[in-house]
Amino acid sequence: MQQTKLLSEHYDKPEFQNLDGYKKHGGYAVLAKALKMDPKAIIEEVKASGLRGRGGAGFPTGTKWSFLPANGEPRYLLCNADEGEPGTFKDRLMMERAPHQLIEGMIISAFAIGSKKSYIYIRGEYDYSIACVRKAIDEAYKAGLLGKNILGSGFDHDMDVYAGAGAYICGEETGMISSIEGLKGQPKLKPPFPAVQGYLRKPTIVNNVETLAAVKYIIRDGAAAYRKYGTEKSPGTKLFSVSGNVTKPGNIEVPLGISLKDMIEMCGGLKPGRKLKAVIPGGSSAPVLTADEAMKATMDYECLAQMGSMLGSGAVIIIDDSNSMVDLLDVIMHFYHHESCGQCTPCREGTGWLSKIVHRILKGDGEPKDIDLIKKVSEQMMGKTICALSDAAAMPAISFVTKFRGEFEQHLQKARTTSGGVAHA
Amino acid sequence: MFTLSAEGQELVKKELTRYETPYSAIIPALYRVQKENGWVPEDAVLHLSQLMNLPASHINEVLHFYTMFNKKPVGKLHIQVCTNVSCAMNGGRELADALCKRFNVKYDEVSADRKITISRVECLGSCDTAPMMQVNDRYLENLTPELAIKKITEMGG
Repeated sequence: MQQTKLLSEHYDKPEFQNLDGYKKHGGYAVLAKALKMDPKAIIEEVKASGLRGRGGAGFPTGTKWSFLPANGEPRYLLCNADEGEPGTFKDRLMMERAPHQLIEGMIISAFAIGSKKSYIYIRGEYDYSIACVRKAIDEAYKAGLLGKNILGSGFDHDMDVYAGAGAYICGEETGMISSIEGLKGQPKLKPPFPAVQGYLRKPTIVNNVETLAAVKYIIRDGAAAYRKYGTEKSPGTKLFSVSGNVTKPGNIEVPLGISLKDMIEMCGGLKPGRKLKAVIPGGSSAPVLTADEAMKATMDYECLAQMGSMLGSGAVIIIDDSNSMVDLLDVIMHFYHHESCGQCTPCREGTGWLSKIVHRILKGDGEPKDIDLIKKVSEQMMGKTICALSDAAAMPAISFVTKFRGEFEQHLQKARTTSGGVAHA
Repeated sequence: MFTLSAEGQELVKKELTRYETPYSAIIPALYRVQKENGWVPEDAVLHLSQLMNLPASHINEVLHFYTMFNKKPVGKLHIQVCTNVSCAMNGGRELADALCKRFNVKYDEVSADRKITISRVECLGSCDTAPMMQVNDRYLENLTPELAIKKITEMGG
């Protein structure tokens, strides 16, 4: 199977990084078209395309935009480029290979929602992405594509980069807003949703890099053409970051709805002699799939939801039979404990306990009741906190110990035999 | 007391009016301190508080929330090895251990010659090139312990 390169068509050309090269391939022509449209018509087109947020939650973009109050209040557009979901590396590629594609998509989106100021919040570790996007913004200002009266349309828009400083939680939209406001990056209670009260309590739209870039192609080709890719409920193409135990890991762009089996083959398949054991289909927060489930899965929002998992950010981690699931869950739980912002008790304490319990099972110090304890703690963490990080830790924990219970039991068995029948507390 | 260079102070003052609220200048200001000093000493917070006319307690809060700000000295080369899922599956943890052994330093400590600090970090978004590490601002990818040691040595480690 071949990739379907809609967004990534020119990513292999170094010239696509610069304004001149980008323009050679039709760059900013769609912006000129959009600026002549009625902003409402742009929103309608995005709604009709069925585009869903590519950052993780999969919320319909056009619907999100229509939550903005219909008054003259200033509103902000924030691009979420805090890519931190373990296994995800697509936004980095997009910012480094095609920063102008993102900027063009953002100006079109800002025009649609009537925003005069936008920020691209890039995680601090992405030093090169930050440099690429900053340079592209400078080029766009010099060419009159940002600033006052863009392309003579009368529309003004300013754009800036804000660099994060190392916090997974800032990928959560309200955590990101706190961070740009100069606070600790702690999420805020919803409602009010950012569309009503976001950055500095003003109406704010937060969209992922890939979402905003996709808007350009929806306006270029029309919603109907965009819908030719993907499924009815998951239209369009998506960039997937495939990593783990495949021979050719990397980003691939494919229509939503292709089979996970095909995706693994496109990435070179497994290493010789290895068998598929499990797949994490949407970043480490997504419940794990067994090999049997993975062979039946299609990569769209609805199929993975039906299987009790999620498409998330499109980070697909392929796990072969050389791995211990207890070990991998230990890595994942350590991560969530490290990244919990600490403001909600179920998350702050729960992630700590999950990490501790999984670690003691791994080290052979577990107790027989630990598997059920993991489930019990996880259940107490779900739906009880300000943001979804707590659920994001609980979901993989439950799925690992349920679907791979045998492996966890084996570890406990080993603990009993090596410590004379009594496990350590 | 730590103070920023004249150029650094100028930059911080510019940042204060760059965003809608002066508080947004705290992260850029802390980055500047780190750039000049390698890490953010406690008294830099007081200096920034005076320079920016913002509460020291608030600056402290921001400083301690974000992992990229070093709260204690680090070596000239800050080597951050990813040990999250995809890297762990491809030898990231063994890579980190091998580097500690080769450069004779414990995690998060500064080597005797002040040249090296090795840390284990969470996902850096380069999972297709696992195992990988970040040395100061630079990503080094598709590593083996031998290759990583060679690159670090080339960089002056």
